[in-house]
Amino acid sequence: MKRVVITGAGTINALGHSVPETLDAMREGRCGIGPLEFRDVERLSIRIGGQVHGFEATVHFNRQQLSLYDRFTQFTLIAAKEAIAQAGIEFTDELAAKSGVVLGTAGGGVSTWDDNYRSVYEDGKNRVHPFVVPKLMNNAATSHVSMQYNLRGPCYTVSTACASSNHAMSQAFSMVRSGMAPVMVTGGSESMLCFGGVKAWEGLRVMSRDACRPFSLGRNGMVQGEGAGIFVFEEYEHARARGADILCEVAGFAMTSDAADIVMPSKQGAARAMAGALADGGIALDEVGYINAHGTGTAANDKTECAAVADVFGPHADRLMISSTKSMHGHLIGGTGAVELLACIMALREGVIAPTIGYEEPDPECALDVVPNEAREADVSVVMSNAFAFGGLNAVLALRRV
Amino acid sequence: MSIREKVIAIVAEQAVLEVGDVSESSTLESLGIDSLGLVESIFAIEEEFDITIPFNANDPMGGEFDISSVAAIIKGIESLIADKA
Repeated sequence: MKRVVITGAGTINALGHSVPETLDAMREGRCGIGPLEFRDVERLSIRIGGQVHGFEATVHFNRQQLSLYDRFTQFTLIAAKEAIAQAGIEFTDELAAKSGVVLGTAGGGVSTWDDNYRSVYEDGKNRVHPFVVPKLMNNAATSHVSMQYNLRGPCYTVSTACASSNHAMSQAFSMVRSGMAPVMVTGGSESMLCFGGVKAWEGLRVMSRDACRPFSLGRNGMVQGEGAGIFVFEEYEHARARGADILCEVAGFAMTSDAADIVMPSKQGAARAMAGALADGGIALDEVGYINAHGTGTAANDKTECAAVADVFGPHADRLMISSTKSMHGHLIGGTGAVELLACIMALREGVIAPTIGYEEPDPECALDVVPNEAREADVSVVMSNAFAFGGLNAVLALRRV
Repeated sequence: MSIREKVIAIVAEQAVLEVGDVSESSTLESLGIDSLGLVESIFAIEEEFDITIPFNANDPMGGEFDISSVAAIIKGIESLIADKA
């Protein structure tokens, strides 16, 4: 089996339009959640979210591109550009033929669906733009990355709700590890912050009207975000041979299914995924210094996740740190694990643990070190990133300092 | 149908029971309605009476809308309808 390292990272999300901007915000514990701005927002009962502001699509893309790029594809391409530039890699010949793209998204082109349904149902129009289908399809972002960077190997999109990115990155990892592909561009993207996208979530009655306060007593639900996180996963010797700057190693992963309930999380499913990732990476319990939690800020997730961590880690659960950066950038649904992986890389590379902001009071059911409100300096060599999706589908990745 | 009858009909449908099996003293839990069923019941009641119920599934019992029994739900709906008028 090959070793797999990360040689490039890119993002755009509510905290910043690049990795440095995002990490600065995480270090400062800044909140990217605020009042939502889009058409018909006044008809929603949930009016906050982690929206990407100051982003002018026309600055980055021409008219022809925009007719094909939904906002989730735009975010993907912005983040991919940063990641591939950092990796300093060009895909030609054999490398291009074997390398690919696996991305996660839950909804794909949600705002394209929304705009065009509005047009035919509400405005009574009988004609839509010819590119509606290629614009909204879940694999659009993957295909555009493939086309733009000449990635001609395995390319597809994974959709497992809130675990989409982690499932995608797990797939990319196993493809590079097995020797199937020398390099995979991976991560995920989501852009559901439009009237229909938020209205659908509102129906579930689990959204907060004021803030995302993971693990805090009195937390009252999740807050949606949007954006993308994209990474270059590369075979270790390949990266070394070309003198690439290695951000960290992908050490292990596991995927499990609760096979129980369509929305309620399961402690066993989460615990099996975490334990599985440790076993897969040959990682001892006490090596893990930090977990980037799924930490949605709902009553059910946070207590279940803490119980699962306690089950897996035993006494070491009280020594490790666990934080939820969703408190800052919101829940990016299918893109969330990708943006959260940045906090994991920051922990390994810079020794800074991103905080759980908005934390008010300890909840006895979440009695772990959740790094409340302020970032902390710590020397950690192994970190994990959790994602537990609706549908009971879980994916956990473990990263190691190189 | 009165408010009481309508609420009992909604709750009975959600619990997959006969209307006669649901009484005002029943709790949703005793009728076998789980968290998903509860959210669906709240939705059905909102649609039936054109009201908005302050309900957050993160803390079902902690909100201002009392769902501890069928009688409490009926009372809460009556009050919301009165507020609307």
